[in-house]
Amino acid sequence: MSESGQDNSSQNKSDQNRQLLFLLPLLLFVAMAVLLATGLGKDPTELDSQLIGKSIPGFQKTLLFSPNKTISEKELQGPALINVFASWCPACYTEHPYLMQLAQSKAVKIYGLNYKDKRDKGQKFVNDLGNPYDLILFDDNGRLGIDMGVYGAPETFVINSDNQIVYRHVGIVNLDVWQNILRPRMFANQEGSASKSTGQAAK
Amino acid sequence: MIPEIGNLALAFGLALALIQFVVPLVGIATHRWRLAIIAKPAAIGQFFFVCLAFVCLAYSFYANDFSVAYVASNSNRSLPVAYRIGATWGGHEGSLLLWVFMLSSWTLAVALLSKSLPALTRTRVLSVLGFVSVGFLIFILFTSNPFDRLLPVFPVDGSDLNPLLQDPGMVFHPPLLYMGYVGFSVAFAFALAALLEGRIDTLWARWVRPWTQAAWMFMTLGIAAGSWWAYYELGWGGWWFWDPVENASFMPWLLGTALLHSLAATEKRGVFKAWTTLLAIAAFSFCLLGTFLVRSGVLTSVHAFANDPVRGTYILVFLGVTVGASLILFAVRGSKVSVTSWYNLLSRELLFLINNLILAVVTIMILLGTLQPIIADFFNLGKVSVGPPYFNTVFNILMAPLIFLVGLGPIVNWRKYEYSELVKRTRLSLLASIVVGLLVAVLADDKIFTDRLQLFVGAFLIVWVLVLNIVDWWKKAAKKNRNPLLGLFSISPSFLGMYFAHIGLAIVVFGVVFSSHLSIEKNLRLGIGQTQEVAGYEFYFEKISDVVGPNYDAIRGHFIVKQDGENVAILHPEKRQYRVSGQWMTEAGIDANLARDLYVAMGEKIPESNDWAVRIYVKPFVSCLWLGSILMGIGGLLAMTDKRYRAKVKQKLGISDDAVVSGAA
Amino acid sequence: MKPLRKRRLMFVLSIVIGVGAAVALGLFAMKQNINLFYSPQEIVQGNAPKNTLIRLGGLVVAGSVKRAPDSLKVMFDLTDNAENITVSYEGILPDLFREGQGIVTMGELKDDGNFVASEVLAKHDENYMSPEVAEAIKKAEAEAKARKPKTYN
Repeated sequence: MSESGQDNSSQNKSDQNRQLLFLLPLLLFVAMAVLLATGLGKDPTELDSQLIGKSIPGFQKTLLFSPNKTISEKELQGPALINVFASWCPACYTEHPYLMQLAQSKAVKIYGLNYKDKRDKGQKFVNDLGNPYDLILFDDNGRLGIDMGVYGAPETFVINSDNQIVYRHVGIVNLDVWQNILRPRMFANQEGSASKSTGQAAK
Repeated sequence: MIPEIGNLALAFGLALALIQFVVPLVGIATHRWRLAIIAKPAAIGQFFFVCLAFVCLAYSFYANDFSVAYVASNSNRSLPVAYRIGATWGGHEGSLLLWVFMLSSWTLAVALLSKSLPALTRTRVLSVLGFVSVGFLIFILFTSNPFDRLLPVFPVDGSDLNPLLQDPGMVFHPPLLYMGYVGFSVAFAFALAALLEGRIDTLWARWVRPWTQAAWMFMTLGIAAGSWWAYYELGWGGWWFWDPVENASFMPWLLGTALLHSLAATEKRGVFKAWTTLLAIAAFSFCLLGTFLVRSGVLTSVHAFANDPVRGTYILVFLGVTVGASLILFAVRGSKVSVTSWYNLLSRELLFLINNLILAVVTIMILLGTLQPIIADFFNLGKVSVGPPYFNTVFNILMAPLIFLVGLGPIVNWRKYEYSELVKRTRLSLLASIVVGLLVAVLADDKIFTDRLQLFVGAFLIVWVLVLNIVDWWKKAAKKNRNPLLGLFSISPSFLGMYFAHIGLAIVVFGVVFSSHLSIEKNLRLGIGQTQEVAGYEFYFEKISDVVGPNYDAIRGHFIVKQDGENVAILHPEKRQYRVSGQWMTEAGIDANLARDLYVAMGEKIPESNDWAVRIYVKPFVSCLWLGSILMGIGGLLAMTDKRYRAKVKQKLGISDDAVVSGAA
Repeated sequence: MKPLRKRRLMFVLSIVIGVGAAVALGLFAMKQNINLFYSPQEIVQGNAPKNTLIRLGGLVVAGSVKRAPDSLKVMFDLTDNAENITVSYEGILPDLFREGQGIVTMGELKDDGNFVASEVLAKHDENYMSPEVAEAIKKAEAEAKARKPKTYN
C-alpha cells in the first residue's frame, strides 16, 4: 500500500507548489535568524552609546585605601583609562599583569574603579597583585558603575584629554586591545583628521 | 601541566573531528573508498582525546588548580569533592566541554554499533557528526577555553561554585539533559545522510528509532531532574516557570516526541518521510537554538549565566550554517524522499499526523512566547515579556486534545479503522472518564467555574488515557499468556515501552492537575514556639539551631508536623550563607510521599522580633510528576531494547509485515 | 481520483483551520498576558496604565523598607534616581533583596498611585543588574540632564 502513492500521473502538476512547500522551513528559519541577530545587536555592550562623547558623570566617591577622603569627577584628568575591577571577577586577575606593565611603561594614566566589592577584599586584590592605578575609586554600591553603564567587570573606559568618555571596552585589556582599540581612540581628538583617514594606523 | 595536556587533547580532538568531517565526504565524492573508511577510526580517536580533555578538567577541579581561570571562578578549596567534580560542568566553558564529550560519546556509539548499516550511510552519518563536533570544538578552543590560565599571578583560592548549583540535582541534571540534546544530533545526522542519498526506507527509520528513543529518554529524565531541582532548591515550591532556559530544553523535547511518533509511521507504513527528516533537523536545531538562547544573553532569565556577545555571535553563525545548510538540503532533496501516499481518514497515521501537528504548533507558540522580548524590541513595541499565564493558557488548551489522542493511539490500527469499532471499544472508557471527571469537578470545594472545568478535563483525560492503555496492554498480554498478569511483560518491548510512556504521561498530568489545584500555600510570619495549621497538618516551629557546613554556615529551623495529634514528619529547612561569596541560599525542608509533600522554607528573620517569614506548603501528588517522568524514561529505555533494531538485516527492504501483532508502535 | 482529491482538500483545509485557530488563540493569549516594563519616572508621569499587570523596576531606596508589626506586609521605595514609587508587597522577599539592589517587581498600579506587587524578582546573582533597570535609570538621568537647562534659563 505504501508504494501505491508513487503513481506519478498526478504529481507533475503540483510539483512546483510542492517545491515551494519544501522551501518554507528555510524561509522561516532565515526570518528567525535575522530576528535573533538583531537581538544580539542590542547587546548590553552597545547599550550606552549615549554616554559616548559625554563627560564623566558627576560623583562623590571615597578612595579605596582612604575611606575618609572623598573626591569628585573634577579630580580626574584625561587622557586616561578608567579600569573597572573587582576581587570577585576572575578575568580581572588575568588582565591585571598587563595593566601593571602598561602603568610601568608610563604610556597612560589609569584610574581604578573598584566595583561592587568589599573594601578589604578590594585592598587585598591590589596589595597582592600590584597597583597600576593613579587613584582607585571605591564604588561599593555600584552607583557610579550604573551611571557609567557598567554591566560587569572587567570593563575599561577611555577618557580623552577633554575628559570625555570616548569608548567603553568590555572584557580584558591586553597589549593587542591597548594598541589597536584603546590607544587610537584616546588620542583621536589630538591626532585629528590625519589619523582618521588612515584608520587603525596607530599600530 | 595537566591543563596543557587537556588543551592539547582538545586541539587533537578538533583535528580528528575535521578529518572525520571532511575526508569521508571527499572520499565519497571521488569514489576513493580508502578515504571514506577513515571516518570510524577518526571518530574513535576524537572520542579518546575529548574524553582525555574532560578528565583533565575534572582533575584540575579535583586538585584545586586555581591557576586555571575556569576552576578559579567555579570552585573553592572548601567545596566538597563531589561538588568539585560536579563543578566541572557548573559554568559555561565546562558545560560546553561536557556537550562535546557527550557528542563524541554518541559518535563513538554510532561508529561501533552500526555494523548493520550500509557503509555509505554510516560514513555520511559520522561525517555530519564530525561537522557538529568541529563547530563546538572551535567554539570551545577560541571563545570559551576552560583551560585558560591565570598566569603569572593567580588567586590562592577560587571564588566558589554558585551556591545554587551546590546540590545533588545539579550533578545529574546537566549530563542527562545534554545526553538528550546531543542525542538528537544522531537523528539529525541520519536525516542529512538520507537526504544526501535521496532515499528513505523502512530500514532507515528502523536505524534511527533506537537512537531517537535513547535521546528522548535522556532528555525526559534530564528535564524532570531540572524541574525537581528547581522545586526544592529555589525555595519557592514551583517546579516549572516557563523560564527561557526551561523552554529551551522543552521545545526540543516536544519536537523529539513528535519525531518518535512520525518515525514509527515511517517505519511501519512508509509515510511522512520528508516530514520525519524535517522533524529530525528541527529537533536538533532547537537544541542548538537552546544553547544559543542560554549562552548569548539575548534573553534574560533566572539562570543568569555570564553572557558574552562574541560567544552569542559565534553560536548564531554556527546555528545559521548548520540549520541553513540542512534546510537548503531539505528544500532541494526533500521532495525526492517524500511519497504521496494516502491513507484513510481514520487510521493510526491520521492520529500521528494530528499528534505531530499539535506538537509542532505548541513548539512554535512556546518559541514565540520565549522570543517575544526580542520580537517586541525589533518592532519597537517597548520592553515587554510574556509571563506564565500565556504559556499555561496556550499549552493547556493545545495539549488537551493531544492527550485525548494518547488514549486512542494504541487502539486504532494502521491503514484503516472502523468508526463503529472505535465507538464500541471506547464507549465504556468514555463513560467512566466522564463520570470521574464530573465527580472530581463537583466534589472540589470553593472553586470557580474555570477551575472546575480544568479539573473535569484533567480528570477525564487521566482516566481516559489510563483505562484505554491499560486495557489494551491487558488484551495484548492475554494473547501472550493464558494468565494475562504473567503476560504483561512478555509482550514486545516496543509496546511495553509505549504503555510505560503513555501511563507515565497520564501520571505526570495527574500530578500537574491535582498539585496545582489542591496545593495549599501559606506565606506567613511565625515565631519560634508557635504552631500553624495548614490543610489539617499542624506545623510546630520548635527552634532554630546553628549548623556549620563544609563551606557554609546555616541557620536550621526545626519543624515538627503533626496530624491528628501524631507526629508525621520533622522538617529541617535551612538558611545557608556560603562563606566565600556571602550569598544566602534557602534550603527547603520537604517530607515527600506519593500522596503529598510537606514543604517548609524559611524566608528572612523579621528584624527586631523572634519571628521568621516562613513558607508552608502542603502539596498533594507533586511526587507524581517525577514518578511519571521516570516511567516515561523507562518507556524510552524499553522501546530501545526491541530486538528488531539489532537484528542483522539481510534483505534490503521492509520486514514491516512480520510484526508480531498488527500495528506495532 | 475525484473523491481522493476532494478528501485531500478537506484534509488540508481542516489542518489550516486547526492551525489557524491555534495561532489565533496564541496571539489572543499573548495580547492578554504581555507585561510591559515601566520605570518609576514613567509611572509618575502617568504613562503607565492603572489596574493592569505591569512590571516596575528600580533600585531599592536605602532606609525605605518598612515592615508591618504582625504580618508579612512590607513597603519599600523603588527609584530610578529621578522619581520614587512606593511599592507594597505581602510575602517573602527573595534572598537577594537588599537595599540598593536593582530589582524588578510585577504588580498593579492602583488608583491612589501606590504600586501593589504580587511578585518581587531578584536575580540569582548579586553582581548582575537587570538591563531593564539599568536602562531605565540611565534614561531618567539623561532626561533630567536635558531638562535642567530649560528650568534655569
